[in-house]
Amino acid sequence: MAMLEIKDLCVNYGVIKALKGISFEVNEGEVIALIGANGAGKTTTLHTITGLINAKSGSIVLEGKDITRTPAHKIVKMGIAHVPEGRRIFQNLTVLDNIRLGAFTRKDKDGIAEDIEKVYKLFPRLSERKTQVAGTLSGGEQQMLAMGRALMSKPRIVVMDEPSMGLSPILVSEIFEIIESIRKQGTTVLLVEQNAKKALSIADRAYVLETGKIVLSGKASDLINDESVKKAYLGE
Amino acid sequence: MKKKISPMTRKSFVTYGLLVLAFIAVEILLNTGNISSMMKGLLVPICVYSILAVSLNLTVGILGELSLGQAGFMCIGAYSSAIFSNMVKETITEPMIRFPLAILVGGIFAAIFGLLIGIPVLRLRGDYLAIVTLAFGEIIKNVFAALYIGYDSAGLHISLKSQGDLKLAADGKMVINGALGISGTPNDSTFEIAAVILLITVIIAYNFVNSRTGRAVMSIRDNRIAAESVGLNITKYKLITFGLTAFLAGIAGVLYSHNFYSLQASKFDYNMSILVLVFVVLGGIGSIRGSIIAASVLTLLPELLRSVNKYRMLMYAIVLIVMMICTSNATIRGFFVRNAQKFISLFKKNKAQPEAVKEGE
Repeated sequence: MAMLEIKDLCVNYGVIKALKGISFEVNEGEVIALIGANGAGKTTTLHTITGLINAKSGSIVLEGKDITRTPAHKIVKMGIAHVPEGRRIFQNLTVLDNIRLGAFTRKDKDGIAEDIEKVYKLFPRLSERKTQVAGTLSGGEQQMLAMGRALMSKPRIVVMDEPSMGLSPILVSEIFEIIESIRKQGTTVLLVEQNAKKALSIADRAYVLETGKIVLSGKASDLINDESVKKAYLGE
Repeated sequence: MKKKISPMTRKSFVTYGLLVLAFIAVEILLNTGNISSMMKGLLVPICVYSILAVSLNLTVGILGELSLGQAGFMCIGAYSSAIFSNMVKETITEPMIRFPLAILVGGIFAAIFGLLIGIPVLRLRGDYLAIVTLAFGEIIKNVFAALYIGYDSAGLHISLKSQGDLKLAADGKMVINGALGISGTPNDSTFEIAAVILLITVIIAYNFVNSRTGRAVMSIRDNRIAAESVGLNITKYKLITFGLTAFLAGIAGVLYSHNFYSLQASKFDYNMSILVLVFVVLGGIGSIRGSIIAASVLTLLPELLRSVNKYRMLMYAIVLIVMMICTSNATIRGFFVRNAQKFISLFKKNKAQPEAVKEGE
Protein backbone atom coordinates (compact mmCIF):
# COMPACT_ATOMS: atom_id res chain seq x y z
CA MET A 1 0.00 0.00 0.00
CA ALA A 2 1.18 3.46 -0.79
CA MET A 3 2.23 5.71 2.08
CA LEU A 4 0.32 8.70 0.76
CA GLU A 5 -2.54 8.27 -1.63
CA ILE A 6 -4.32 11.10 -3.39
CA LYS A 7 -7.53 10.25 -5.20
CA ASP A 8 -9.63 12.43 -7.54
CA LEU A 9 -8.65 15.57 -5.70
CA CYS A 10 -10.61 18.68 -6.76
CA VAL A 11 -9.92 22.15 -5.38
CA ASN A 12 -11.67 25.39 -6.29
CA TYR A 13 -10.66 28.97 -5.64
CA GLY A 14 -14.07 30.60 -5.85
CA VAL A 15 -15.23 29.79 -9.36
CA ILE A 16 -11.78 28.92 -10.64
CA LYS A 17 -11.06 25.20 -10.73
CA ALA A 18 -7.45 24.84 -9.59
CA LEU A 19 -7.38 21.04 -9.43
CA LYS A 20 -9.67 19.02 -11.62
CA GLY A 21 -9.43 15.56 -10.13
CA ILE A 22 -5.83 14.48 -9.72
CA SER A 23 -4.71 11.13 -8.37
CA PHE A 24 -1.24 9.97 -7.45
CA GLU A 25 0.60 8.06 -4.80
CA VAL A 26 3.81 8.31 -2.85
CA ASN A 27 5.55 5.19 -1.58
CA GLU A 28 7.80 5.03 1.44
CA GLY A 29 11.39 6.07 0.77
CA GLU A 30 10.66 7.56 -2.65
CA VAL A 31 11.41 11.00 -4.01
CA ILE A 32 8.43 12.10 -6.07
CA ALA A 33 8.54 15.18 -8.26
CA LEU A 34 5.53 17.19 -9.36
CA ILE A 35 6.50 19.32 -12.33
CA GLY A 36 4.59 21.72 -14.49
CA ALA A 37 4.29 25.32 -15.57
CA ASN A 38 3.05 28.25 -13.52
CA GLY A 39 -0.58 27.87 -12.54
CA ALA A 40 -0.65 24.14 -13.17
CA GLY A 41 -1.75 23.47 -9.59
CA LYS A 42 1.45 22.18 -8.01
CA THR A 43 1.43 24.43 -4.97
CA THR A 44 -2.31 23.97 -4.58
CA THR A 45 -1.77 20.22 -4.45
CA LEU A 46 0.80 20.58 -1.66
CA HIS A 47 -1.31 23.03 0.30
CA THR A 48 -4.28 20.71 0.12
CA ILE A 49 -2.21 17.78 1.35
CA THR A 50 -0.88 19.73 4.33
CA GLY A 51 -4.32 21.10 5.19
CA LEU A 52 -3.76 24.76 4.35
CA ILE A 53 -6.54 24.58 1.76
CA ASN A 54 -9.68 22.50 1.90
CA ALA A 55 -10.47 20.12 -0.93
CA LYS A 56 -13.80 20.32 -2.69
CA SER A 57 -13.90 16.60 -3.33
CA GLY A 58 -11.60 13.61 -3.46
CA SER A 59 -9.48 12.09 -0.73
CA ILE A 60 -6.02 12.21 0.76
CA VAL A 61 -5.05 9.08 2.68
CA LEU A 62 -1.93 8.87 4.82
CA GLU A 63 -1.04 5.31 5.83
CA GLY A 64 -4.66 4.22 5.71
CA LYS A 65 -6.00 7.28 7.55
CA ASP A 66 -8.12 9.81 5.72
CA ILE A 67 -6.61 13.26 6.31
CA THR A 68 -8.62 15.21 3.72
CA ARG A 69 -10.39 17.32 6.36
CA THR A 70 -7.70 17.32 9.04
CA PRO A 71 -6.50 20.83 10.01
CA ALA A 72 -2.91 21.78 9.22
CA HIS A 73 -1.58 21.71 12.77
CA LYS A 74 -2.71 18.12 13.26
CA ILE A 75 -1.24 16.94 9.98
CA VAL A 76 2.23 17.97 11.14
CA LYS A 77 1.81 15.68 14.13
CA MET A 78 0.86 12.83 11.81
CA GLY A 79 4.21 13.02 10.05
CA ILE A 80 3.99 15.38 7.10
CA ALA A 81 6.24 18.44 7.15
CA HIS A 82 5.86 21.28 4.73
CA VAL A 83 8.64 23.49 3.40
CA PRO A 84 6.57 26.36 2.04
CA GLU A 85 7.33 28.18 -1.18
CA GLY A 86 9.33 31.38 -1.16
CA ARG A 87 11.30 30.68 2.04
CA ARG A 88 8.60 31.48 4.51
CA ILE A 89 10.73 31.72 7.59
CA PHE A 90 10.02 33.72 10.73
CA GLN A 91 11.86 36.89 9.75
CA ASN A 92 12.11 38.53 13.15
CA LEU A 93 13.10 35.49 15.20
CA THR A 94 16.61 34.09 15.50
CA VAL A 95 17.76 31.13 13.45
CA LEU A 96 17.71 28.93 16.54
CA ASP A 97 14.17 30.02 17.44
CA ASN A 98 13.08 29.21 13.89
CA ILE A 99 14.55 25.74 14.17
CA ARG A 100 13.03 25.25 17.62
CA LEU A 101 9.61 26.22 16.32
CA GLY A 102 9.90 23.41 13.81
CA ALA A 103 9.73 21.05 16.77
CA PHE A 104 6.65 22.77 18.14
CA THR A 105 4.53 19.63 18.06
CA ARG A 106 7.15 17.62 19.98
CA LYS A 107 7.58 17.41 23.72
CA ASP A 108 10.80 15.36 24.08
CA LYS A 109 13.44 17.91 25.08
CA ASP A 110 16.45 15.60 24.68
CA GLY A 111 15.30 14.42 21.28
CA ILE A 112 14.82 17.99 20.14
CA ALA A 113 18.32 18.99 21.27
CA GLU A 114 19.71 15.98 19.39
CA ASP A 115 17.81 16.86 16.24
CA ILE A 116 18.96 20.47 16.36
CA GLU A 117 22.52 19.13 16.20
CA LYS A 118 21.51 16.94 13.27
CA VAL A 119 20.12 19.95 11.43
CA TYR A 120 23.36 21.85 12.10
CA LYS A 121 25.32 18.93 10.68
CA LEU A 122 23.18 18.95 7.55
CA PHE A 123 23.38 22.74 7.25
CA PRO A 124 26.66 23.87 8.85
CA ARG A 125 26.00 27.44 7.82
CA LEU A 126 22.94 27.59 10.06
CA SER A 127 25.00 26.69 13.12
CA GLU A 128 27.37 29.58 12.35
CA ARG A 129 24.40 31.92 12.29
CA LYS A 130 22.21 30.50 15.03
CA THR A 131 21.89 33.71 17.05
CA GLN A 132 21.33 35.87 13.97
CA VAL A 133 17.87 37.21 13.15
CA ALA A 134 16.56 35.01 10.34
CA GLY A 135 15.50 37.92 8.12
CA THR A 136 19.16 38.87 7.70
CA LEU A 137 20.13 35.53 6.14
CA SER A 138 20.82 35.24 2.43
CA GLY A 139 18.25 33.62 0.15
CA GLY A 140 20.00 30.27 0.11
CA GLU A 141 20.45 30.26 3.86
CA GLN A 142 16.78 31.07 4.34
CA GLN A 143 15.85 28.13 2.15
CA MET A 144 18.13 25.90 4.23
CA LEU A 145 16.53 27.23 7.38
CA ALA A 146 13.04 26.46 6.07
CA MET A 147 14.18 22.93 5.26
CA GLY A 148 15.92 22.45 8.59
CA ARG A 149 12.84 23.71 10.41
CA ALA A 150 10.63 21.23 8.58
CA LEU A 151 12.93 18.35 9.53
CA MET A 152 12.59 19.24 13.22
CA SER A 153 9.08 17.80 13.40
CA LYS A 154 10.61 14.37 12.62
CA PRO A 155 8.48 13.91 9.52
CA ARG A 156 8.12 10.74 7.55
CA ILE A 157 7.20 12.74 4.48
CA VAL A 158 8.70 16.12 3.66
CA VAL A 159 6.73 18.17 1.20
CA MET A 160 8.88 20.81 -0.52
CA ASP A 161 7.57 23.67 -2.58
CA GLU A 162 10.02 25.12 -5.12
CA PRO A 163 13.15 24.80 -3.00
CA SER A 164 15.35 26.12 -5.83
CA MET A 165 13.32 29.23 -6.54
CA GLY A 166 15.43 32.36 -6.93
CA LEU A 167 18.72 30.72 -6.01
CA SER A 168 22.03 30.80 -7.87
CA PRO A 169 23.00 27.65 -9.83
CA ILE A 170 25.61 26.64 -7.25
CA LEU A 171 23.11 26.94 -4.43
CA VAL A 172 20.52 25.02 -6.44
CA SER A 173 22.94 22.11 -6.72
CA GLU A 174 23.68 22.35 -3.02
CA ILE A 175 19.97 22.28 -2.14
CA PHE A 176 19.42 19.24 -4.33
CA GLU A 177 22.36 17.45 -2.70
CA ILE A 178 20.73 18.09 0.63
CA ILE A 179 17.41 16.68 -0.60
CA GLU A 180 19.35 13.62 -1.66
CA SER A 181 20.82 13.22 1.82
CA ILE A 182 17.42 13.75 3.46
CA ARG A 183 16.14 10.83 1.40
CA LYS A 184 19.14 8.73 2.39
CA GLN A 185 18.15 9.21 6.03
CA GLY A 186 14.92 7.44 5.21
CA THR A 187 12.56 10.37 4.78
CA THR A 188 10.14 10.33 1.89
CA VAL A 189 10.18 13.49 -0.23
CA LEU A 190 7.40 15.02 -2.30
CA LEU A 191 8.96 17.75 -4.39
CA VAL A 192 7.34 20.49 -6.42
CA GLU A 193 9.73 22.12 -8.87
CA GLN A 194 9.86 24.38 -11.86
CA ASN A 195 13.44 23.35 -12.43
CA ALA A 196 12.27 20.15 -14.11
CA LYS A 197 15.70 18.96 -15.13
CA LYS A 198 17.09 19.03 -11.61
CA ALA A 199 13.94 17.58 -10.14
CA LEU A 200 13.84 14.68 -12.58
CA SER A 201 17.50 13.96 -12.00
CA ILE A 202 16.99 13.12 -8.32
CA ALA A 203 13.39 11.85 -8.32
CA ASP A 204 12.32 8.21 -8.57
CA ARG A 205 9.03 8.96 -10.19
CA ALA A 206 7.39 12.11 -11.44
CA TYR A 207 3.99 13.50 -12.37
CA VAL A 208 3.50 16.26 -14.90
CA LEU A 209 0.69 18.68 -14.13
CA GLU A 210 -1.04 20.91 -16.62
CA THR A 211 -3.92 23.24 -15.72
CA GLY A 212 -5.11 21.15 -12.81
CA LYS A 213 -4.71 17.72 -14.32
CA ILE A 214 -1.99 15.10 -14.42
CA VAL A 215 -1.07 14.71 -18.07
CA LEU A 216 1.91 12.42 -17.78
CA SER A 217 3.49 10.21 -15.17
CA GLY A 218 6.19 7.61 -14.90
CA LYS A 219 9.75 6.93 -13.90
CA ALA A 220 11.79 10.09 -13.71
CA SER A 221 14.51 8.53 -15.83
CA ASP A 222 11.98 7.85 -18.58
CA LEU A 223 10.35 11.26 -18.39
CA ILE A 224 13.64 13.05 -18.68
CA ASN A 225 14.01 11.50 -22.14
CA ASP A 226 10.38 11.95 -23.14
CA GLU A 227 10.08 14.16 -26.20
CA SER A 228 7.04 16.15 -25.05
CA VAL A 229 8.54 16.77 -21.61
CA LYS A 230 11.80 17.83 -23.18
CA LYS A 231 10.01 20.28 -25.38
CA ALA A 232 7.68 21.76 -22.81
CA TYR A 233 9.76 21.79 -19.62
CA LEU A 234 13.39 21.17 -20.34
CA GLY A 235 13.72 23.69 -23.14
CA GLU A 236 15.42 21.33 -25.51
CA MET B 1 19.60 26.42 35.19
CA LYS B 2 21.78 28.49 32.87
CA LYS B 3 24.34 30.92 34.21
CA LYS B 4 24.49 33.08 31.11
CA ILE B 5 21.84 35.79 31.12
CA SER B 6 20.13 36.15 27.79
CA PRO B 7 19.80 39.66 26.33
CA MET B 8 16.02 39.45 26.69
CA THR B 9 16.29 38.66 30.39
CA ARG B 10 18.69 41.55 30.87
CA LYS B 11 16.33 43.87 29.02
CA SER B 12 13.42 42.85 31.20
CA PHE B 13 15.38 43.29 34.43
CA VAL B 14 16.52 46.74 33.35
CA THR B 15 12.86 47.64 32.87
CA TYR B 16 11.90 46.24 36.28
CA GLY B 17 14.76 48.21 37.82
CA LEU B 18 13.72 51.44 36.12
CA LEU B 19 10.15 50.95 37.29
CA VAL B 20 11.23 50.41 40.88
CA LEU B 21 13.53 53.45 40.73
CA ALA B 22 10.77 55.61 39.30
CA PHE B 23 8.44 54.37 42.02
CA ILE B 24 10.94 55.18 44.77
CA ALA B 25 11.59 58.62 43.28
CA VAL B 26 7.88 59.41 43.17
CA GLU B 27 7.41 58.13 46.73
CA ILE B 28 10.21 60.37 47.97
CA LEU B 29 8.71 63.36 46.19
CA LEU B 30 5.30 62.50 47.61
CA ASN B 31 6.54 62.20 51.16
CA THR B 32 8.54 65.39 51.01
CA GLY B 33 5.51 67.18 49.62
CA ASN B 34 7.12 68.18 46.33
CA ILE B 35 4.29 67.12 44.05
CA SER B 36 1.37 69.36 43.23
CA SER B 37 -2.08 67.98 43.88
CA MET B 38 -2.76 67.96 40.13
CA MET B 39 0.26 65.75 39.57
CA LYS B 40 -0.80 63.52 42.43
CA GLY B 41 -4.10 62.97 40.69
CA LEU B 42 -2.23 61.79 37.59
CA LEU B 43 -0.21 59.05 39.28
CA VAL B 44 -2.88 56.37 39.11
CA PRO B 45 -3.92 57.29 35.52
CA ILE B 46 -0.26 57.01 34.47
CA CYS B 47 -0.17 53.44 35.79
CA VAL B 48 -3.55 52.70 34.20
CA TYR B 49 -2.47 53.96 30.78
CA SER B 50 0.87 52.18 31.06
CA ILE B 51 -0.89 48.88 31.74
CA LEU B 52 -3.23 49.51 28.80
CA ALA B 53 -0.33 50.36 26.53
CA VAL B 54 1.62 47.26 27.55
CA SER B 55 -1.43 45.07 27.00
CA LEU B 56 -2.21 46.57 23.60
CA ASN B 57 1.45 46.17 22.67
CA LEU B 58 1.02 42.43 23.09
CA THR B 59 -1.68 42.49 20.40
CA VAL B 60 -0.06 45.02 18.09
CA GLY B 61 3.61 44.20 18.59
CA ILE B 62 3.66 40.50 19.38
CA LEU B 63 0.56 39.19 17.62
CA GLY B 64 0.90 41.80 14.88
CA GLU B 65 -2.80 42.60 14.67
CA LEU B 66 -4.33 46.02 15.08
CA SER B 67 -7.04 46.02 17.73
CA LEU B 68 -8.98 49.16 18.58
CA GLY B 69 -11.25 47.64 21.19
CA GLN B 70 -9.00 48.22 24.16
CA ALA B 71 -11.34 50.77 25.74
CA GLY B 72 -14.19 48.24 25.50
CA PHE B 73 -12.31 45.65 27.55
CA MET B 74 -11.28 48.34 29.97
CA CYS B 75 -14.96 49.31 30.25
CA ILE B 76 -15.96 45.74 31.09
CA GLY B 77 -13.25 45.51 33.74
CA ALA B 78 -14.21 48.88 35.18
CA TYR B 79 -17.94 48.18 35.33
CA SER B 80 -17.83 44.58 36.54
CA SER B 81 -15.40 45.43 39.33
CA ALA B 82 -17.27 48.60 40.30
CA ILE B 83 -20.51 46.60 40.55
CA PHE B 84 -18.69 44.00 42.63
CA SER B 85 -17.18 46.59 44.98
CA ASN B 86 -20.47 48.41 45.38
CA MET B 87 -22.28 45.21 46.25
CA VAL B 88 -19.75 44.02 48.80
CA LYS B 89 -18.56 47.31 50.28
CA GLU B 90 -20.75 46.84 53.35
CA THR B 91 -19.84 43.21 53.89
CA ILE B 92 -16.12 43.43 53.16
CA THR B 93 -14.92 46.68 54.68
CA GLU B 94 -11.20 45.96 54.45
CA PRO B 95 -9.98 47.43 51.12
CA MET B 96 -6.91 45.22 51.10
CA ILE B 97 -9.17 42.19 50.70
CA ARG B 98 -11.90 43.82 48.65
CA PHE B 99 -9.68 45.42 46.04
CA PRO B 100 -7.66 42.35 44.99
CA LEU B 101 -10.97 40.51 44.60
CA ALA B 102 -12.32 43.37 42.49
CA ILE B 103 -9.19 43.22 40.33
CA LEU B 104 -9.70 39.52 39.74
CA VAL B 105 -13.38 40.02 38.94
CA GLY B 106 -12.64 42.81 36.47
CA GLY B 107 -9.78 40.97 34.81
CA ILE B 108 -11.65 37.70 34.45
CA PHE B 109 -14.82 39.30 33.09
CA ALA B 110 -12.80 41.25 30.53
CA ALA B 111 -10.89 38.09 29.56
CA ILE B 112 -14.14 36.15 29.07
CA PHE B 113 -15.47 38.88 26.82
CA GLY B 114 -12.12 39.05 25.05
CA LEU B 115 -12.35 35.36 24.22
CA LEU B 116 -16.01 35.59 23.19
CA ILE B 117 -15.32 38.52 20.91
CA GLY B 118 -12.06 37.01 19.74
CA ILE B 119 -13.63 33.85 18.33
CA PRO B 120 -15.48 35.60 15.49
CA VAL B 121 -13.18 38.60 15.20
CA LEU B 122 -9.80 36.90 14.91
CA ARG B 123 -10.82 35.33 11.62
CA LEU B 124 -10.30 38.78 10.18
CA ARG B 125 -6.97 40.43 9.59
CA GLY B 126 -5.46 43.87 9.24
CA ASP B 127 -7.81 46.79 8.66
CA TYR B 128 -10.90 44.61 8.97
CA LEU B 129 -9.91 43.41 12.41
CA ALA B 130 -9.22 46.99 13.48
CA ILE B 131 -12.64 48.17 12.33
CA VAL B 132 -14.53 45.28 13.89
CA THR B 133 -12.76 45.61 17.24
CA LEU B 134 -13.50 49.33 17.16
CA ALA B 135 -17.16 48.51 16.62
CA PHE B 136 -17.17 45.99 19.47
CA GLY B 137 -15.64 48.58 21.77
CA GLU B 138 -18.40 51.01 20.87
CA ILE B 139 -21.09 48.36 21.37
CA ILE B 140 -19.80 47.57 24.85
CA LYS B 141 -19.69 51.25 25.75
CA ASN B 142 -23.20 51.93 24.47
CA VAL B 143 -24.71 48.86 26.11
CA PHE B 144 -23.32 49.95 29.47
CA ALA B 145 -24.54 53.51 28.86
CA ALA B 146 -28.08 52.21 28.36
CA LEU B 147 -28.07 49.74 31.20
CA TYR B 148 -30.02 50.19 34.44
CA ILE B 149 -29.33 47.72 37.19
CA GLY B 150 -30.63 47.87 40.75
CA TYR B 151 -31.18 45.46 43.57
CA ASP B 152 -33.56 45.19 46.48
CA SER B 153 -34.79 42.49 48.82
CA ALA B 154 -36.42 40.73 45.86
CA GLY B 155 -33.13 40.40 44.05
CA LEU B 156 -31.54 41.94 40.96
CA HIS B 157 -33.49 44.15 38.53
CA ILE B 158 -32.19 44.83 35.05
CA SER B 159 -33.65 47.18 32.49
CA LEU B 160 -32.57 48.83 29.27
CA LYS B 161 -35.28 51.52 29.43
CA SER B 162 -35.14 53.75 32.47
CA GLN B 163 -34.65 53.85 36.18
CA GLY B 164 -38.39 53.76 36.81
CA ASP B 165 -38.72 50.63 34.73
CA LEU B 166 -36.73 48.72 37.35
CA LYS B 167 -39.64 49.00 39.86
CA LEU B 168 -37.33 48.77 42.83
CA ALA B 169 -38.80 48.25 46.30
CA ALA B 170 -38.36 50.93 48.94
CA ASP B 171 -35.11 49.37 50.20
CA GLY B 172 -33.75 49.15 46.64
CA LYS B 173 -30.42 50.52 45.51
CA MET B 174 -29.23 51.56 42.09
CA VAL B 175 -26.05 49.89 40.85
CA ILE B 176 -25.84 51.20 37.30
CA ASN B 177 -27.85 54.28 36.48
CA GLY B 178 -27.76 54.35 32.68
CA ALA B 179 -25.66 57.12 31.18
CA LEU B 180 -24.99 58.45 34.68
CA GLY B 181 -23.05 55.27 35.30
CA ILE B 182 -21.97 53.96 38.66
CA SER B 183 -21.40 56.13 41.67
CA GLY B 184 -20.26 55.37 45.15
CA THR B 185 -17.41 53.10 44.15
CA PRO B 186 -14.94 52.92 47.03
CA ASN B 187 -11.70 54.74 46.20
CA ASP B 188 -9.51 51.70 46.61
CA SER B 189 -6.95 52.50 43.90
CA THR B 190 -3.84 53.98 45.38
CA PHE B 191 -0.65 54.83 43.58
CA GLU B 192 1.17 52.07 45.46
CA ILE B 193 -1.27 49.35 44.41
CA ALA B 194 -1.37 50.66 40.84
CA ALA B 195 2.43 50.66 40.67
CA VAL B 196 2.63 47.09 41.96
CA ILE B 197 0.06 45.98 39.40
CA LEU B 198 1.95 47.77 36.64
CA LEU B 199 5.10 45.91 37.68
CA ILE B 200 3.22 42.59 37.68
CA THR B 201 1.80 43.41 34.23
CA VAL B 202 5.26 44.09 32.88
CA ILE B 203 6.58 40.84 34.38
CA ILE B 204 3.67 38.95 32.78
CA ALA B 205 4.30 40.65 29.44
CA TYR B 206 8.04 39.89 29.37
CA ASN B 207 7.53 36.31 30.42
CA PHE B 208 4.83 35.87 27.82
CA VAL B 209 7.08 37.18 25.06
CA ASN B 210 9.90 34.86 26.11
CA SER B 211 7.76 31.79 26.52
CA ARG B 212 7.04 28.97 24.12
CA THR B 213 3.60 30.48 23.60
CA GLY B 214 5.13 33.89 22.94
CA ARG B 215 7.45 32.47 20.29
CA ALA B 216 4.50 30.72 18.70
CA VAL B 217 2.54 33.97 18.61
CA MET B 218 5.46 35.87 17.10
CA SER B 219 5.91 33.19 14.47
CA ILE B 220 2.26 33.67 13.47
CA ARG B 221 2.95 37.37 13.17
CA ASP B 222 6.01 36.77 11.01
CA ASN B 223 4.46 34.24 8.70
CA ARG B 224 1.06 32.70 9.06
CA ILE B 225 1.50 29.95 6.47
CA ALA B 226 4.87 28.90 7.83
CA ALA B 227 3.43 28.88 11.34
CA GLU B 228 0.63 26.61 10.22
CA SER B 229 3.07 24.39 8.39
CA VAL B 230 5.14 23.74 11.51
CA GLY B 231 2.01 22.60 13.30
CA LEU B 232 0.77 25.61 15.21
CA ASN B 233 -2.91 25.94 15.95
CA ILE B 234 -3.17 29.57 14.88
CA THR B 235 -6.64 30.25 16.26
CA LYS B 236 -5.64 28.95 19.68
CA TYR B 237 -2.58 31.14 20.03
CA LYS B 238 -4.35 34.20 18.69
CA LEU B 239 -7.11 33.66 21.22
CA ILE B 240 -4.65 33.21 24.09
CA THR B 241 -3.04 36.55 23.25
CA PHE B 242 -6.36 38.28 22.79
CA GLY B 243 -7.63 36.90 26.10
CA LEU B 244 -4.48 37.97 27.94
CA THR B 245 -4.69 41.44 26.42
CA ALA B 246 -8.32 41.76 27.47
CA PHE B 247 -7.46 40.51 30.97
CA LEU B 248 -4.79 43.17 31.43
CA ALA B 249 -6.99 45.89 29.92
CA GLY B 250 -9.75 44.81 32.32
CA ILE B 251 -7.39 45.20 35.26
CA ALA B 252 -6.48 48.68 34.04
CA GLY B 253 -10.21 49.36 34.01
CA VAL B 254 -10.51 48.22 37.63
CA LEU B 255 -7.78 50.63 38.72
CA TYR B 256 -9.45 53.36 36.71
CA SER B 257 -12.94 52.86 38.12
CA HIS B 258 -11.74 52.64 41.72
CA ASN B 259 -9.86 55.89 41.31
CA PHE B 260 -13.04 57.92 40.87
CA TYR B 261 -16.17 58.17 42.92
CA SER B 262 -18.38 57.97 39.86
CA LEU B 263 -17.91 56.28 36.50
CA GLN B 264 -19.59 56.85 33.15
CA ALA B 265 -19.40 54.56 30.16
CA SER B 266 -18.89 57.54 27.86
CA LYS B 267 -15.29 57.75 29.12
CA PHE B 268 -14.49 54.51 27.29
CA ASP B 269 -15.09 55.76 23.77
CA TYR B 270 -12.84 55.20 20.79
CA ASN B 271 -10.75 58.22 21.70
CA MET B 272 -9.45 56.17 24.60
CA SER B 273 -8.60 53.24 22.31
CA ILE B 274 -6.85 55.55 19.86
CA LEU B 275 -4.97 57.22 22.70
CA VAL B 276 -3.67 53.85 23.86
CA LEU B 277 -2.65 53.03 20.29
CA VAL B 278 -0.77 56.33 20.16
CA PHE B 279 1.17 55.28 23.29
CA VAL B 280 2.06 51.97 21.67
CA VAL B 281 3.13 53.43 18.34
CA LEU B 282 5.08 56.26 19.95
CA GLY B 283 6.82 53.97 22.42
CA GLY B 284 7.75 51.61 19.62
CA ILE B 285 5.69 48.66 18.45
CA GLY B 286 6.87 45.61 20.36
CA SER B 287 8.76 47.61 22.98
CA ILE B 288 7.23 47.17 26.42
CA ARG B 289 9.51 49.71 28.06
CA GLY B 290 8.72 52.23 25.33
CA SER B 291 4.99 51.81 25.89
CA ILE B 292 5.33 52.72 29.54
CA ILE B 293 7.54 55.73 28.84
CA ALA B 294 5.21 57.00 26.10
CA ALA B 295 2.13 56.52 28.27
CA SER B 296 3.74 58.35 31.19
CA VAL B 297 5.06 61.25 29.14
CA LEU B 298 1.86 61.78 27.19
CA THR B 299 -0.28 61.61 30.34
CA LEU B 300 1.94 64.15 32.08
CA LEU B 301 2.35 66.41 29.07
CA PRO B 302 -0.98 68.31 29.26
CA GLU B 303 -0.20 69.01 32.91
CA LEU B 304 3.35 70.17 32.17
CA LEU B 305 2.01 72.45 29.45
CA ARG B 306 -0.29 74.20 31.88
CA SER B 307 1.93 77.28 31.74
CA VAL B 308 0.97 77.92 28.12
CA ASN B 309 -2.65 77.54 29.15
CA LYS B 310 -4.64 78.54 26.06
CA TYR B 311 -2.38 76.80 23.59
CA ARG B 312 -2.10 73.66 25.68
CA MET B 313 -3.78 71.23 23.27
CA LEU B 314 -2.08 72.84 20.29
CA MET B 315 1.30 72.34 21.95
CA TYR B 316 0.33 68.80 22.83
CA ALA B 317 -0.44 68.07 19.20
CA ILE B 318 2.78 69.67 17.99
CA VAL B 319 4.89 67.79 20.52
CA LEU B 320 3.14 64.56 19.51
CA ILE B 321 3.80 65.13 15.81
CA VAL B 322 7.45 66.05 16.40
CA MET B 323 7.95 63.01 18.63
CA MET B 324 6.34 60.72 16.05
CA ILE B 325 8.57 62.07 13.27
CA CYS B 326 11.66 61.79 15.43
CA THR B 327 11.00 58.21 16.49
CA SER B 328 9.88 56.90 13.12
CA ASN B 329 12.61 58.46 10.97
CA ALA B 330 15.83 56.44 11.19
CA THR B 331 18.08 59.38 10.27
CA ILE B 332 16.64 61.71 12.88
CA ARG B 333 16.59 58.98 15.49
CA GLY B 334 20.22 58.19 14.70
CA PHE B 335 21.11 61.87 15.15
CA PHE B 336 19.56 61.89 18.61
CA VAL B 337 21.12 58.59 19.64
CA ARG B 338 24.60 59.72 18.50
CA ASN B 339 24.34 63.00 20.35
CA ALA B 340 22.98 61.32 23.44
CA GLN B 341 25.97 59.00 23.41
CA LYS B 342 28.36 61.91 22.96
CA PHE B 343 26.68 63.69 25.82
CA ILE B 344 26.93 60.66 28.07
CA SER B 345 30.60 60.13 27.24
CA LEU B 346 31.36 63.81 27.96
CA PHE B 347 29.57 63.45 31.23
CA LYS B 348 31.61 60.41 32.16
CA LYS B 349 34.92 62.13 31.36
CA ASN B 350 34.18 65.28 33.29
CA LYS B 351 32.94 63.60 36.41
CA ALA B 352 34.36 60.30 37.49
CA GLN B 353 31.33 59.71 39.63
CA PRO B 354 28.24 61.11 37.97
CA GLU B 355 25.25 61.85 40.08
CA ALA B 356 22.32 59.57 39.62
CA VAL B 357 20.45 60.71 36.55
CA LYS B 358 16.85 61.33 37.40
CA GLU B 359 14.35 59.39 35.38
CA GLY B 360 11.51 61.07 33.54
CA GLU B 361 8.95 60.80 36.32
